[in-house]
Formats: sequence, structure tokens, C-alpha cells
Amino acid sequence: MRKYAQLLLLIPFIGLCVLLPLANRIEPYILGMPFLLFWVVLWMILSSVTLLIVYKLDPENEGSEVE
Amino acid sequence: MNAALLIIFIVAAIALYLGIRATRGKDMNVNEFAVGNKGFGTLFVFLLIAGEVYTTFTFLGGSGWAYSNGSAAYYVPAYICLAYVLSYWIIPKIWRFAKKHDVISQPQYFLKSYDSKALGLVVAFIGLIALVPYIVIQLKGLGIIVSEASYGAISPLMASTIGAAIVTIYVTISGIHGSAWNAVLKDIMILFVIVFLGTYIPYHYFGGIPQLFEAVQSVKPEALTFASEGYSIPWFVSTIILNAFGFYLLPQSFTVVISAKSERALKKNAITLPLYTILILFAFFIGFAAIIQVPGLQGAEGDLSLLRITMQTFDPWFVGIVGGAGLLTALVPVSVMVMSGAVGLMTGFYKLIKPESSDRQQLVVSKVFVLLIILIAYAFTITGGNALAILNIMSYGLITQLVPALIFSFFSTKLMNKYGAIAGILTGVSIVLFNAITSFKLVNVFPNIPSAINDINIGFVAIGINILIGLTVSFVTKNLILNENSQVAEKIAQ
Repeated sequence: MRKYAQLLLLIPFIGLCVLLPLANRIEPYILGMPFLLFWVVLWMILSSVTLLIVYKLDPENEGSEVE
Repeated sequence: MNAALLIIFIVAAIALYLGIRATRGKDMNVNEFAVGNKGFGTLFVFLLIAGEVYTTFTFLGGSGWAYSNGSAAYYVPAYICLAYVLSYWIIPKIWRFAKKHDVISQPQYFLKSYDSKALGLVVAFIGLIALVPYIVIQLKGLGIIVSEASYGAISPLMASTIGAAIVTIYVTISGIHGSAWNAVLKDIMILFVIVFLGTYIPYHYFGGIPQLFEAVQSVKPEALTFASEGYSIPWFVSTIILNAFGFYLLPQSFTVVISAKSERALKKNAITLPLYTILILFAFFIGFAAIIQVPGLQGAEGDLSLLRITMQTFDPWFVGIVGGAGLLTALVPVSVMVMSGAVGLMTGFYKLIKPESSDRQQLVVSKVFVLLIILIAYAFTITGGNALAILNIMSYGLITQLVPALIFSFFSTKLMNKYGAIAGILTGVSIVLFNAITSFKLVNVFPNIPSAINDINIGFVAIGINILIGLTVSFVTKNLILNENSQVAEKIAQ
């Protein structure tokens, strides 16, 4: 299963591309930002989180590094 | 001499000193010059890749776009963020291939992947056409920043000239090492400046960031969402996907990837880089504040919004620091771009006509190409009119035409062979060029399509056609490749 961890990388694309029409609005303000801006920022954070999870799951990153 | 000018000069002098000194104690050869002997650790790679983000474009353009086009500006952090996500998958493949086959530039990657010198040459020239407008934009931006921040004491032309001279000197001496050391200085300064301005200005004028947006909402609510036509959602989505794929195909990003010491350094960077990109928000805050505080900047003048609001708010010495940071945001990217372009030409073009050249000759030729590229960019900087804006829009459109060939190089160069790759790339590039010159929209070809489809980035459409042509030509020429291979096999057998 962990071989396919990289498929998780699709999640940020779904958030920023597919779900974007739902977020194209000013209200409600979240953390002082209009909703659309908040949405973009949220996905930048979630991108980092996704990458961290993929890095941890990816079997290539186990053990010591070959250089 | 005013305080601002003095500070800008000090920053310029430090940049030159660091750039020259960076090479001390190192034997210069082509590999060292181009990719730091592939020995850059996590921090340098991080700063050099992040350096691509914090250029004069972000500094002036990020705030300028927010000022002129509102939410459309969000495309910048969005595509950069997706580029990092994608990089986790793409970059290790490029890095491994480069390590294994001793690749030091982007044209060389394509040359060796497809075993085709013609493809290497095509890639080298597309890289050059895409790079020059980038360099010109940076040099022009540098001129604007320094001239404004010195309160007009230095003309934009003078400032661009000095900037170009500094870059030329330290790139020819230190290669990528000069860029790396200046990247450290640059990011410290730019972070300080952008976070401070982006926090102080909203509080000073509006009492906080929520109040800033409420003020914008009451004056110009359309700035806070996407439009239904033009800079619409289809435009946004197609542009961020296109640019995300294109990001690491820009010759300078490609170079930085190859210069990394290990695959894991690259992967770890991918995790933190999206967070680092969030800092660009502060540039947007400044741009939105300027909508209300310095209204009336038309068209390209929108790029001046950050500097105008800074000068209206602060004393000259602080304006000098902003100017100095602005200077560095131009110098570092320009140096990496010039160098990667020069090494690209050397490997794609010079090695083609002189395959047996020595390392020393290659180094000298690379440096000659550095001068050549700077001179071309400089000529455009001082003469460039509207043609420049067209070129800038084209840069990503052109470079992303290499994406199909890159992706197929990971999987199968049978499905997409060298003939297909070249045919596809040339077709895609022709469409982008034709579009840039005539600025046709899809609606001109198909009059009845809805605006949602019409707003799709034309580079995106060109890629589709590129892949189609590439696969078709590869299929048709399948036997040609088989023949070549059997001839080679026969020769070996003899």
C-alpha cells in the first residue's frame, strides 16, 4: 500500500482546483481574511501537511541515505 | 547623497563582495561553476529554490497584481505551492538521472534522455527564449526600485546598468556559488521587509488586517473574489496547473535541482516550501492597502504601489532598506538565470560543434555565454517597449511545452520518441508564439464556446495538441527508430 502514498499528492490539486468554485466568496471572514483568500492559504498549509505524510509513508525515505 | 541612496549602495557593495568571495578555496571547473559540484545541502537548495519565489516580481508584481487585479493575484502562491507538491514526484527522477548520467544542464537532460542532439539544441534555445524576458523583467524591476527608493537620484537606466554589471562580475567569477551566498543575504532582508511592511501598513492605516479587508470590501468588493469572465475560475485553474508543471522546467530551477547533494534534501525542502510561500500574503496586504491609500495608479503603474505607499509612510533611511532588499531580489534570480542559460547553451550548442573540448574551454565558453545573455537582456531592458510584456506572458507558455517530453522521459521513450518529442514541442511552441503575436482567443476559432472555456490559458491548450502530435509522430516513426537501433547493434557486432 505504501508504494501508492504518492497518490496523496493529488489532494492539494483537488482542493485548489476542483473545489475552488465553492470557495469563491467573501463571507464568512476567517482569521480576518475573506473566505477565498483563507481557502488559498488553508491549502498551502494542507499541502505541507500532505507532503509530510507522504514523506513519512514513502518507503524510499527509510534507512540511511545512499549518496 | 540622501540616506536611502547610501543604504542602497552599501547593500550593492556587500552583494558584490559576497558574490566574489563565495568562490574562495575552490577549484573552478565547469561542474563547480554550473551546479556547485552537485554538493549543495538542504539550506542552500532551499534558499535558491525559494529565491525563485521572492523575486522582484513578487516584490513589485505581487502587490501590484493585488492592487490592479485583486484576487487574481492569488494565482502566484497557488501555483508555486502546487509546484512544490508536484516536485516531490518529479524532482527525484530528474536528480537521479542527472547524477547517474553526469548531467549539468536542462538541455543535456533531454539530450541524454532521448539520445538526440537535435532535441538538446531545441531545448537550449527554448530555454534561452524563455529566460531572456525573465531577466529583462528583473533588470527593469531593479531599475524601478532603486530609482524610486533613491527619490530619483539614480535614473532607472543607471540602476539597471549597475545591477547588470554586478551580476556579470560575480557570476563570471563564482558561478552558482555567488548566487548561493547572496541568496542568504537576500532572503533575510526580504523576509524582514515584507513581513514588517505587510503588518505595519494595515495596522497603521486601518487598525488591523480584518479592518483592511472590510475597507476594501466597501470600496472595491470585486477585488476579493474571482471575476465571472477574464480572470475567472477557469483561467485561475488552468494557469496554476500549467505553471505548477512549468516551474521546475525553467532552466534556473532545473539547475538548482541538479545542484542538490541528495535526493532527500530536495524532498525535505518540498515539505517546508509551501509554508514559506505563505509569506507572499504580506505583499498582498500591502497591495490591498494601497488600493485605498494610493489610488489611481493605472495599468503597469500598479507595480509601483508597494514603493509609493512605503515612501508615503516611512523615513528615507527605511525606504533605503526596502530599496536594498529590492535590489537583491533582482540580483540573485538574474544570476541563477544567466548562469543556467549560459551552461545550457554550452552543453546544448557548443558541445555539439566541439564535442572534444576540454573542461577549461567549456568553462571559458560558459562565461562568454554569460556575457552574451546579459548583453541581450540589457539591450532589451533599455530599448524594450510592448514586445517585452508579450515575451513575459510567453515565458511559462513556452517552457511548459517541454512538460510532455519530460514526463514521458520518466516512463517510456518508446511511446514518445525523439522525433515525437521534437515535433510536439515545436508545435506547442508555435501555437504559444502565434497566440502571443496575434493574441487570439479560442472564441475566434470557435465562436460559440462559453466564456468559461474561452478563459482557459492558451498554453494549456497548446500542451494538449503537443501531446497529440508527439504521440502520433512517435507512432509513425516507430520503425525508423528500430532501424537506427539495429544499425547501431550491427556496428557493435562488427
